[in-house]
Amino acid sequence: MSDLAETDRGPSPRAVTVGQIFGAFLLIGATSFGGSVVAYLEASLVGKRRWVGDETFVELLSISQTLPGLNATNLAILVGDRLRGTPGAIAALCGICLPGALLMYVVGMTFHAFGDRPLVTAMLRGVAAAAVGLILVTTLQMGRKSLHGLVDLVFVALAVIGVSTLHLSVLTVLLGVGALAIFWHRPRSERQGSSQ
Amino acid sequence: MNQVPSLLRVFAYLSLLTVGGGMAAFPELQTLAVNVHHWLTAQQLVQLYSVEQMAPGPKMMMIVSIGQWAAGFAGAAAVLVAFLLPTSVLAFFIGRLWTRLERWPWRASIQRGLAPVSIGLLSAGFLTVARVALTGVVTVIITVVVSAILLRSRANPALVVLGGALVGLVALR
Repeated sequence: MSDLAETDRGPSPRAVTVGQIFGAFLLIGATSFGGSVVAYLEASLVGKRRWVGDETFVELLSISQTLPGLNATNLAILVGDRLRGTPGAIAALCGICLPGALLMYVVGMTFHAFGDRPLVTAMLRGVAAAAVGLILVTTLQMGRKSLHGLVDLVFVALAVIGVSTLHLSVLTVLLGVGALAIFWHRPRSERQGSSQ
Repeated sequence: MNQVPSLLRVFAYLSLLTVGGGMAAFPELQTLAVNVHHWLTAQQLVQLYSVEQMAPGPKMMMIVSIGQWAAGFAGAAAVLVAFLLPTSVLAFFIGRLWTRLERWPWRASIQRGLAPVSIGLLSAGFLTVARVALTGVVTVIITVVVSAILLRSRANPALVVLGGALVGLVALR
């Protein structure tokens, strides 16, 4: 009998070893070519291995997006910790980062040696222009998912103006506009309307 | 001069700015790595980031290259630890507290409020990259075509960016 019947169940009860966690994240770190690593994490952890359930994954992703840190590394920490505590978190983080970090170490050295050759420069300029398109589309898609209403667009605009026009530091804008936006969305008391 | 202490300081600071993704810290990364410490040029920074879009794993591992240029292997290792450790420790502890914070009414306010701010920071990062990368008609055309392809199809972004390299080879020499 196929195991399709229990696809939307939560994490599988059997224990996952630290080695398995490292291996799984290493594989994702080495094969997630193109697009968001989060999608690859979901396919592997929720889909293929069933180490976390759908709802847990969505919740952990939302924590990852709220906190500072790369979404993929935060997710690795949170999932690793859920599966096997502190060693699991460390194994997941190392696994997901190692392949890309090693690759970029080599790429960096190569870039340093050949980056100013005319043919290489021409390619790199094309790559950079293409990356601008990729960043644009990624940002648009994220915005479409997480922005609600006009007031959110105001906060987006304030952050952009602060960093790109006024050249304030990202920290200043994060704290300033962040505090404003959090205060705007502050918890309302249950007896709302009669107060103030 | 030994750059490792500066690398540690700069990348630990940058890591705390990456709310919503690595791109949120990009304007500050450019200010500190290019203008303040002269580890590389703005073009090199943007090109490194762009090349990484064809690599697997979390984007922003290209900071390893910056560390390597500035201070060799020690620099690369320092940058990686400085950039990953603070936010990972934070994620670890907040992750454990999270369920207990469920009844804290500000939890939802923080999530709700930071979402648009992070999109704003990502947009500012986009503008920083665009200002450096878009140098003429050909580059703008590449950006527009790539955006259209990614919006309208399920093409693998790594391959689309690779296509940009080929177009550059022909048209940007």
